[in-house]
Amino acid sequence: MNYVIIGNSAAAIGTIEGIRQVDKTGKITVISDEKYHTYSRPLISYWLMGKVTDRNIYYRGADFYEKNGVETMLDARVTKIDAAAKNVVLSDGNTVPYDKLMVATGSKPFVPPMNGMDKIASCHTFMSYDSVKAIKAEVKPGMKVLIIGAGLIGLKAAEALNEYKADITVVDMADRILPSILDVRAGSIMKKHIESKGTKFILGTSVDEFSEHSAKLKNGATVDFDMVIIAVGVRPNTELVSEAGGKVERGIICDLTQKTTLDDVYAAGDCTVSHDASSGTDKILALLPNAYMQGEVAGKNMAGEETKYENAIPMNAIGFFGLHIITAGSYDGEEYVEENGNNYKKLVFRDGLLKGFILMGDVKRAGIYTSMIKERIDLSDVDMDMLKERPQMMMFSKSRREEKLGGIKR
Amino acid sequence: MKKVYVNEDWCLGCHLCEFTCAAANSGAPDMIKAFAGGKKPVARIQIEEGDKINFAVQCRHCDAHPCVKGCIAGALSVQDGVIVCDEEKCVGCYTCVLSCPYGAIVIDEAGHKIRKCDLCTRNSHGEPACVKACPNNAIVFEER
Repeated sequence: MNYVIIGNSAAAIGTIEGIRQVDKTGKITVISDEKYHTYSRPLISYWLMGKVTDRNIYYRGADFYEKNGVETMLDARVTKIDAAAKNVVLSDGNTVPYDKLMVATGSKPFVPPMNGMDKIASCHTFMSYDSVKAIKAEVKPGMKVLIIGAGLIGLKAAEALNEYKADITVVDMADRILPSILDVRAGSIMKKHIESKGTKFILGTSVDEFSEHSAKLKNGATVDFDMVIIAVGVRPNTELVSEAGGKVERGIICDLTQKTTLDDVYAAGDCTVSHDASSGTDKILALLPNAYMQGEVAGKNMAGEETKYENAIPMNAIGFFGLHIITAGSYDGEEYVEENGNNYKKLVFRDGLLKGFILMGDVKRAGIYTSMIKERIDLSDVDMDMLKERPQMMMFSKSRREEKLGGIKR
Repeated sequence: MKKVYVNEDWCLGCHLCEFTCAAANSGAPDMIKAFAGGKKPVARIQIEEGDKINFAVQCRHCDAHPCVKGCIAGALSVQDGVIVCDEEKCVGCYTCVLSCPYGAIVIDEAGHKIRKCDLCTRNSHGEPACVKACPNNAIVFEER
């Protein structure tokens, strides 16, 4: 069997490890437009702030490709999938044939058109090892940095640049921060926390016009800068599949085996649409664990072991300036909320199930809540006072504990 | 594979397993030195205490291992069936804490890292210290 994987991040590595659980000898070729050994994309902010070394940014050991019998074609770009001929075409015109193809192309930074963007002296995105290397080459203490976007990427960039004593202003059209994972109240606690570390926010407005070293905002304010970082969001890289005739909506459409609508073509990670089991809706779940697990399931299927990827939910574990957040599921339902300083807890119940939660500050043992969402644990079998108090195995029935902790199979 | 199991009918909730685990993984030669001078080494086993029952929770070294699959740093891996953490690679993002259905992964707040049970395979004990320490044989190390 001849496997070809486009991409070299978490979904690609999941695919390789999935294939190798089933097929120890098939040929695997990884094609990536980046020149690096597989590295962890979420670690780029840690690398920039000096908390991860050049060696530790790599997602797998230096011998990973060799140990898994993987040939790499790095710094090479696929321009076309020929699904009929079963090959991929590279930008240099060469073709690479496949029996099974994985599209793990991820996403790219979304850079909306803004007036005067071409005049900005130093403009960056925050998505790749190369992007943080370029930022690091320029950053200086006291440097004024304007970050467009108060989401996960923009605020991770702010945290990293704060280590360089940069003077940081974050502008976002929304009137709150981290709206993809936090509710209004938790967002406000986190905003205060980040402000206390020196980062400034200007919310509810956007840039009217850039000049070389300043931005005029629509609310009338002007922000001077030495560097701009655009972090308003990402867009999935779906073109290869759509141009080959595969079904693409907001992302690449896959079945539960991660196969696209094209024969022998699979996809995984941030370029795909997932089914959110907590809300029952289809959406892009751009999360590393989701990418890896989709890739692993795809890899097994590509190698002939039928398996499905089910119970995906949105979930995030992230911290900013030492304040941690763990969230999962969806927030539509009856709420239980506790707040104490920087500690915030929201549990969301619907249809007799735990559907979602936000934990900020004290995030210990949050996975017990996550498992209740994924496994749809009936709340009538759970001690609700204990559930609300903290995540604990004590809230479950003795028989569930025997199964979970005692190795008793039922 | 042999794993650590807890009999909740026998657990006294004495926390000896926690202290022993913390000391065993502290690198110190004995319990006294491990806790000397106000040091607080982190236990990888946690007691849950109730009105009538108590039990210890530690890594199940489960086949699904969502912690390993979700680790953003590639710090967690399965070595001969044992889930281990490369603490030098761990960045303390706590994605594993989000993922573990048992709540078995412990946060070391001082170290900004996670700590987890590796069945004492990587310390000087060689076999789970919590099992030996349990005065009521509520913790066992066996195949099931």
